[in-house]
Amino acid sequence: MSGGRLELDFRLVRGRFDLAISESLALDGVTVLFGPNGSGKSMTLRTIAGLETGAEGIVRFEETDWLRSDSNTFVAAHQRPVAHVFQDARLFSHLDVAGNLGFAERRAKGAGPDVSRQDVIEVFDIAHLLQRMPQGLSGGERQRVAMARALLTRPRLVLMDEPLSALDVQRRAQALNFIEQIPERFQVPVIYVTHHIDEVVRLANQLVLIAGGRIEASGRSADLMSRLDLPPFTGRFEAGSIIEATVRRHNAEFALTELEVTEGVKVEVPFLDFPVGEVVRLRVRARDVSIAVAKPKGLSLRNVLPARVEEVQAEADTAFAEVRLSVAGQAVRARVSRASAHELKLKPGKAVHAMVKATALDRRLLARR
Amino acid sequence: MTAEVFDAIWLTVQLATISVVLLLVLATPVAWWLAFTRSRLKIPVEALTTLPLVLPPTVLGFYLLILLGPAGWLGSWWVSLTGETLTFSFTGLVVASMIHSLPFVVQPMRQAFQDMGTGPLEDAATLGAGPVDRFFSVGLPQAKRGIVTACVLGFAHVLGEFGVVLMVGGNIPGRTKVVSITIYESVETLDYATAHMLSAGLLLLSFAVLVGVFAVNRSIPVRAGQ
Repeated sequence: MSGGRLELDFRLVRGRFDLAISESLALDGVTVLFGPNGSGKSMTLRTIAGLETGAEGIVRFEETDWLRSDSNTFVAAHQRPVAHVFQDARLFSHLDVAGNLGFAERRAKGAGPDVSRQDVIEVFDIAHLLQRMPQGLSGGERQRVAMARALLTRPRLVLMDEPLSALDVQRRAQALNFIEQIPERFQVPVIYVTHHIDEVVRLANQLVLIAGGRIEASGRSADLMSRLDLPPFTGRFEAGSIIEATVRRHNAEFALTELEVTEGVKVEVPFLDFPVGEVVRLRVRARDVSIAVAKPKGLSLRNVLPARVEEVQAEADTAFAEVRLSVAGQAVRARVSRASAHELKLKPGKAVHAMVKATALDRRLLARR
Repeated sequence: MTAEVFDAIWLTVQLATISVVLLLVLATPVAWWLAFTRSRLKIPVEALTTLPLVLPPTVLGFYLLILLGPAGWLGSWWVSLTGETLTFSFTGLVVASMIHSLPFVVQPMRQAFQDMGTGPLEDAATLGAGPVDRFFSVGLPQAKRGIVTACVLGFAHVLGEFGVVLMVGGNIPGRTKVVSITIYESVETLDYATAHMLSAGLLLLSFAVLVGVFAVNRSIPVRAGQ
């Protein structure tokens, strides 16, 4: 069971910020709390962990009230079977890595499934770090130790607060591999806070969208993905769209994978380690999409997809316009200059070619369609 | 070295050691509370614990003399408890030294706890450590440097105090006559040889202690990047 029901109905006022969260979550795998900076994601997580003492209302996990203001119930953080992985991978600087693990191990309440020291050392690949002090570790190593340590408390719920924010792009990809394994390997649900859309696409089984201290929407991530790219969740620079495609063929010589969006519409991406027939998600950033009115030749870009213009929206205060395209029924957004939109006479209904620099995202979530 | 001078040295070391050990026990919780409380009492308590730092020792000594004397409430309570007076006794000196050196012990520890911040404590809480556990297993080891500094400053301050000791303890050989008073007395009686020896001794001791502390602090790992 990597599940559990979490009932949230609380209010937390900090200065001028007013957080009011009301949601019932059937936790399963990774639940991502997604929202812009300052939307209240971390505070929500801290309230679940019991680190915010000012919250009023109800926090209930399974049959246990962790917070119930009307009966003055407050279970202290150290008594909740919850592990928290912090943004800055807080490790105890007075203990070496083995000491940090031991700290958690000795205090494990045994509420959750069995987790042994051997398990976490193996899964997070930290055997060679055991005698090192935290100060000498890289950001990625620190996070792996922090995750290993968190799981050693044998929690029934793991909370992660932007654990990758201190890492560079390459390290983040590595760390995601580790995080992805947690729910199944350790039979524990994860609530994961981030404002990075690629982490959402990669990890989320469930999605909760937060903005301005309120939950805007929640549900299965596949159903909510299209809303991710709408303001206020994503800035213009990061805006994009998500399309689904099926793995058709691998090209070992050029390290490419060919995906089919729909009959006859193909996209090539850098090699993806998925079997042929698997359905994957692709995230295409609006700024990586260009538009041509005639099919171009002699391009280095290999992905030229037939598309239809659905809508053209000029951004009043910039040189750009946002163009919503339909590629075989799936929405793709493009961000082009207003001058181009004008010159190419882009209007709803016009048939065009979308040239895409695809950013591949490897999540097998939709395999069983 | 005369027996009296030796007594003075031994007494001073005892006084400093006992005062610092007792202060550690009392001042650590105070420093912890000051570092993390959001209570409105924080500011007055902070002022109160810093007061001995700015008061002239004679003022402090005067009030302590009143408080600890047989007519003072602490002194009379002590008399009824033990049959002895606190003033002009070693015990009275310990009490006076503790109050006089309190800021030197509280401040470094409070600073160390503040530098540590609530991060490691929250971390420990989510790993299942209760409040007392957090204090001993995370707070104290993380504040190691501050505690060492507090011990040394407290110890050195007790070694060097003069005014308070003179007011409260007087000058009774073997009971309250400490090194600093012996030096003063030697100078008064033109016994420069003894004054030289004790002064040089204190100077070297203080220097050695500080060198030792800095060396120890270097070997305690520095917390990087927090």
